[in-house]
Amino acid sequence: MANDIFTDKKVDHVKGSRQFIADEPHIAFHDKRLWTLRDLRDKEAHGIAEWEQLRELASAIKSHTLTHLADYLEEFERNATANGVTVHWAKDAAEHNRIVHEILSARGVDTLVKSKSMLTEECNMRPYLQDRGMTVVETDLGERIQQLDDEPPSHIVVPAVHKLAKDVAEVFAETIGTDRSNADPHYLAEGMRQDTRPYFIKAGAGMTGCNFAVAETGTVVTCTNEGNADLSGNVPPLYIASIGIEKLIPKMEHLGVFIRMLSRSALGSPITQYTSHFRAPRAGGESHFILVDNGRSERLAMDDFWYSLKCIRCGACMNTCPVYRRSGGLSYGGVYAGPIGAIINPTFDLKKYSALPFASTLNGSCSNVCPVKINIHEQIYKWRQIVVEQGQVSFVKKESMKLAGKVLADPKRYRAWSSGAGKAMASLPRAFLYNPFNAWGKQRELPEPPGQTFHQWYAANRKPEQET
Amino acid sequence: MSSRDEILSRLRGAGRVPEALPDVPLFDENLPPALDQFKTALARMGGQWVDAPADGLDAWLAQRFANAKVICSAVPETAGTLQVHTVTDPRSLENVDVGIVRARFAVAETGSVWLSEAEYGVNALGYLAQHLVVLLDPAVILPNLHHAYRQAAFSQARYCALVTGPSATADIEGVLIRGAQGVRTLTVVGMRGDFLGVGGGVA
Repeated sequence: MANDIFTDKKVDHVKGSRQFIADEPHIAFHDKRLWTLRDLRDKEAHGIAEWEQLRELASAIKSHTLTHLADYLEEFERNATANGVTVHWAKDAAEHNRIVHEILSARGVDTLVKSKSMLTEECNMRPYLQDRGMTVVETDLGERIQQLDDEPPSHIVVPAVHKLAKDVAEVFAETIGTDRSNADPHYLAEGMRQDTRPYFIKAGAGMTGCNFAVAETGTVVTCTNEGNADLSGNVPPLYIASIGIEKLIPKMEHLGVFIRMLSRSALGSPITQYTSHFRAPRAGGESHFILVDNGRSERLAMDDFWYSLKCIRCGACMNTCPVYRRSGGLSYGGVYAGPIGAIINPTFDLKKYSALPFASTLNGSCSNVCPVKINIHEQIYKWRQIVVEQGQVSFVKKESMKLAGKVLADPKRYRAWSSGAGKAMASLPRAFLYNPFNAWGKQRELPEPPGQTFHQWYAANRKPEQET
Repeated sequence: MSSRDEILSRLRGAGRVPEALPDVPLFDENLPPALDQFKTALARMGGQWVDAPADGLDAWLAQRFANAKVICSAVPETAGTLQVHTVTDPRSLENVDVGIVRARFAVAETGSVWLSEAEYGVNALGYLAQHLVVLLDPAVILPNLHHAYRQAAFSQARYCALVTGPSATADIEGVLIRGAQGVRTLTVVGMRGDFLGVGGGVA
């Protein structure tokens, strides 16, 4: 499943979730851990009187920037170049990877230390460089666990959140030689620190992603906790930053709005341990910024979906989503999981990701916590309509939806069905209810049917003013 | 057409109607006392506050880091065992036990200290060292990030960071661990002092 991210194979979210659900301790922990993050986020948000005003501001700043994006990119390029940084442009993943490889190989670099970057995941950069003889070391703990286990990240902020400590102990025992029987997170994190530190010294280049790019100053901002972005950016002589073009903001002063909300929304902490600003190469060093499109300009042209470019990748929508918490990130089969994945992945490949807009209860919680006020659940609903129009829905879902549509559109038929269904459910054999055609019968017991429908109760107890 | 021009032309042709840029207020009404708030926020992020040591910085360092072999100083208040201005290659800081720097300013809301290449001397000092000690004048604590980001220092430094406590991770089962890839501890010592940096003073 994990390795299907870079194939055209259609993602089967239900099948992926079923693998995750099969293991009770994993799903119980996953659900609890992410809900804890959601809870911490709420406490932080409630502690700031102007929280809603900050969301409005953030959303408006992003709207402004995205509707002037070409101008701000030119301004960013102009300023970064004046600061002594080499700026590159990549229209797609292939071009991004080629540029990185050219920069490294021209300088004889064979080891790259990198900080977490969803964009480089999106570009599938690591295998590209490894196929060309480079050693690429992920230096974020979660991302390193996923690299060593040959899995993609399952969450955009906590990439290995679907694993228990004992899973990490297994992976590290196999790969970096820690004690298999010791699953103490402190021991495992220390093992990773000891294993990774020498790479910072040895590496010819360091790489980071970019949380925000400031047009006014040509600055790249990274928000991290482990210190690995700053080690990657400050120890090796060469620094490369991969920047999604939607990361632009106009001025330094706008960072105040976003930095106040990013970590609060993501982890429930007031700020990340490090908020770092890379403007110019350090004395004797060399810096390259790569501005990457990879589908973003096309998304900007989509009237219903361009707001998704406001996303600051905090993961709050994932932490609050009941479907994500119980299905695990890998089941989404894409670089981005959860509600944000359900709206972004289809912009890359609608056919492949046609199942994702259905991996939602449409409860709207994702939109309510989004710090930049993206209408996530409305976009999910819009994608469903497009998926249905384009005929990407399975036969069973299509036929049952057609039937449900007919029943729900006709009150008489609905009443006949609801009173009949209640009686039928009470007496039907289990094999009829719990079969592959009844999605509601999977992983749950159907509710006990009531003795009478609401309509029957109402007719018996109140005099209806108007019969329809 | 180059990729650059292709991307820019696609963005310009996307059909988006220009929207206005809002003004961002400073949100500085009813703020708590800066030093108190800074100490609380710093502690929450895993940093430690220490008042100016009565016996002097060197005596305090000797006691606090009794086993340290290499103490690398970027401040005039102590020489340490290694002075950062003698270092040219950041990788040679690999074996530093304790780094000592002075922050240009701090942010009360988040408990962050502001450091750039001017304060670090060699940026890697703040990350390769096992422990970091940051001297901070309590008079230069700004109330919140909105004030901080109006400082010209951000657009003058080649590299700068808001450092908030030691490195940390919770990537394994959500267990909070201080000391991930960067420093294991961060101690802020409240001491008045002269600023090393040039320009971009605190408004």
